[in-house]
Amino acid sequence: MPKSSYSGLQKRGVLLDLIFLNVTRLFAFVVFALLAGIIITLIIGSMPAIREFGFGFLISAEWNPVTEKFGALVPIVGTLATSFIALLIAIPVSFGIALFLTELSPGWLRRPLGTAIELLAGIPSIIYGMWGLFVFAPIFAETVQPWLKNSLGATTLLAPLFDGAPMGIGMLSAGIILSIMVIPFIASVMRDVFEVVPPMLKESAYGVGATTWEVVWNVVLPYTKAGVIGSIMLGLGRALGETMAVTFVIGNAHKLSTSLFMPGNSIASALANEFTEADGELYTSSLIELGLILFFITFVVLALSKLLLLQLGKREGKTT
Amino acid sequence: MFSLYARRRLTNTLNLAASYLTMAFGLFWLSWILFTLLKYGLGGINLAMFTQMTPPPGSDGGLLNAIVGSLMMALAGTLIGTPVGILAGIYLAEYGSRGWLAPATRFINDILLSAPSIVIGLFVYEVVVASTKHFSGWAGALALSLIVIPVVVRTTENMLRLVPDTMREAAAALGAPQTKVIMQVTLRASKAGVITGILLAIARISGETAPLLFTALNNQFWSLDMNQPLANLPVVIFQFAMSPYDDWHNLAWAGALLITASVLGLNILARTMFHQKNSQF
Amino acid sequence: MTPDTPTKISIRDLNFYYGKFLALKNINLDIAQNKVTAFIGPSGCGKSTLLRTLNRMYQLYPGQRAEGQILLDGDNVLDAKQDLNMLRAKVGMVFQKPTPFPMSIFDNIAFGVKLYENLGRREMEERVEWALRKAALWEEVKDKLQQSGNSLSGGQQQRLCIARGIAVKPEVVLLDEPCSALDPISTAHIEELINELKSEYTIVIVTHNMQQAARVSDYTAYMYLGDLIEFGDTDNIFTTPSQKATEDYITGKFG
Repeated sequence: MPKSSYSGLQKRGVLLDLIFLNVTRLFAFVVFALLAGIIITLIIGSMPAIREFGFGFLISAEWNPVTEKFGALVPIVGTLATSFIALLIAIPVSFGIALFLTELSPGWLRRPLGTAIELLAGIPSIIYGMWGLFVFAPIFAETVQPWLKNSLGATTLLAPLFDGAPMGIGMLSAGIILSIMVIPFIASVMRDVFEVVPPMLKESAYGVGATTWEVVWNVVLPYTKAGVIGSIMLGLGRALGETMAVTFVIGNAHKLSTSLFMPGNSIASALANEFTEADGELYTSSLIELGLILFFITFVVLALSKLLLLQLGKREGKTT
Repeated sequence: MFSLYARRRLTNTLNLAASYLTMAFGLFWLSWILFTLLKYGLGGINLAMFTQMTPPPGSDGGLLNAIVGSLMMALAGTLIGTPVGILAGIYLAEYGSRGWLAPATRFINDILLSAPSIVIGLFVYEVVVASTKHFSGWAGALALSLIVIPVVVRTTENMLRLVPDTMREAAAALGAPQTKVIMQVTLRASKAGVITGILLAIARISGETAPLLFTALNNQFWSLDMNQPLANLPVVIFQFAMSPYDDWHNLAWAGALLITASVLGLNILARTMFHQKNSQF
Repeated sequence: MTPDTPTKISIRDLNFYYGKFLALKNINLDIAQNKVTAFIGPSGCGKSTLLRTLNRMYQLYPGQRAEGQILLDGDNVLDAKQDLNMLRAKVGMVFQKPTPFPMSIFDNIAFGVKLYENLGRREMEERVEWALRKAALWEEVKDKLQQSGNSLSGGQQQRLCIARGIAVKPEVVLLDEPCSALDPISTAHIEELINELKSEYTIVIVTHNMQQAARVSDYTAYMYLGDLIEFGDTDNIFTTPSQKATEDYITGKFG
């Protein structure tokens, strides 16, 4: 081969490699810096509110644009309460679906059903919101809510939870819509996690005469504990930050109430509803601080989820 | 002995039956939502929807400006986000075995993947809208690109990792510089997977509403100017659905059906593409 | 060592580490020009590791390093200043499993050539044909050069990889168990090919198949646990090994 052209091409190759490495590294750094950028921007944006209200912002339930007094308690409580309701429903259901998809489903149905569940995750959240407002809420108000009121609401202990007129919208409806939204996320991660269990482990349990349920409960679940919790945290992260599905049905009221039938507010829906209309620096800044709080909470939840899922991954690496 | 066994079997049967029920529960919502969309949306799908602008309440109209605005922003968002995502994904997969940047970026990317999209909207509002002092299509596109990036980073890295190391060695053994190994061999081997990731990202941003609320805002009129507020389907649907007017509701349903159909279509396309990836090259 | 053949590569005091693990211990070995040299030994003996030091393939992975000297025509391959890409253009390699690139048969071969030579269309076509003929694959693929390399059978894919390796006209060809994933007929094809190629190239082959080493090689090195136990003329090694360990291995007492 022509040796003379070697060195020229060679230098170009080395230079190109160097440039390419650094360009990709730069873009990786952009992704890395994005998170810091978001946090810093939100902190700067919320400085006026932080200076004005300090820590009181977190525990004040007041939200009055006229007197410019703002507190985050109502949306924080609303965010946590709706997410809690969502998880209460979504955890057992997702577990059941993951169990079905990994252990029970006939082989030929596994793919299509798994895809169907993942498609449920693909539906845009605004569709859930619309459906919740126009279809779910009226039916819910007519059937489920009165029934809840007459059964659970009749006991003195739970009565405050089901106080007020059944309007269809409110914290409970928002929680239920949210649960429908996060079920596919949790279920599909849980299914992947269950599939990590070495077949030999399950076979040895079946080998001593265990039933399918016993294998799942005593072998699969303990083995995948970290991953299962990780998948739940992932669902929680989604639920906390979900905007459109909640905004339609939560009622958007800055009022603290013990009743799940009453309208409330979440951080995301407060932002969606009020941000573009907010006038005045303090109002805007308070909303940005709400966003900061939301980002902080979801960051912690998602980071935990990621760490737990990583742990399962490591174990998988060790045992195989 | 027998009673213990009978009890175990009963527990098993009950719990497995519950599992069947949960699966049915999940499918029930999916079919109910799709049924609702078809019921209310199909009636609104007509020629006017694709040829007329969004109307004021009480008059006829369509969604043309919103559809075009959405397409423009989705396109711009994808064009901005995809190269960033692919290059960062390449770094994580091909150079990621040494140093602190790759593991840290991987971790943060996974968090961004699930971060609340409304916060992304807030971020872009603060950085772009607040400093230019007006809402714009570009701000919306930027917000969407920030949602595209983590999806593309994740899939690009995963797909590149599926390429066996022997393939890299074989290319390096010919004396190929690493850039050529990556661009012409490994990236090419994972082409189908990377495109799948991009399609999934487009599907994801097609329905995103929250990040557009305070970036692109909305525009009642025909506009192609990305420097101005830009109409887009999700925000129009939100606004129309929350309004008290029936004809706006009908348009919102039609738009909702359109969005869902395209998102699900993209999802299915991406999946089938990925499953056929081994057929050619 | 037979004195009449010139040495192409001389390995001097070579140590190799995977992290802290010493995988090759003080190896000294001369590889003759235009001959076939085989490395044999049980799994984990370091034969593949030794092969991968010759084109510094280990460099792709952090934590792996080599000490000592590997002189290729007198130049130290292990020198930090050694240009890796150029080294690898001179020292080609074929792997255990066929590794066709995700492109057409034609492009698979042109890929390496384009790296170092600017050929016109016509010249490139000639080069591709030449390489495919050398690898005894031309007759089978001449009508489907634009098809994917993956569409070929396993044995054809491996010959495609050999053609790709020699298309860049290297001086040394390293073969890392090139037949371990192939059926007996394809294996025979490849062995024939090795015999023909050695007139122009210096060939080093790693194999776990002793009959193969006996059939194709001129010199054989027997390795065990990172040590070079015995090295010499293939006929001598297989008929009258000087070391007991070598004899045990080739007579199948272990390994």
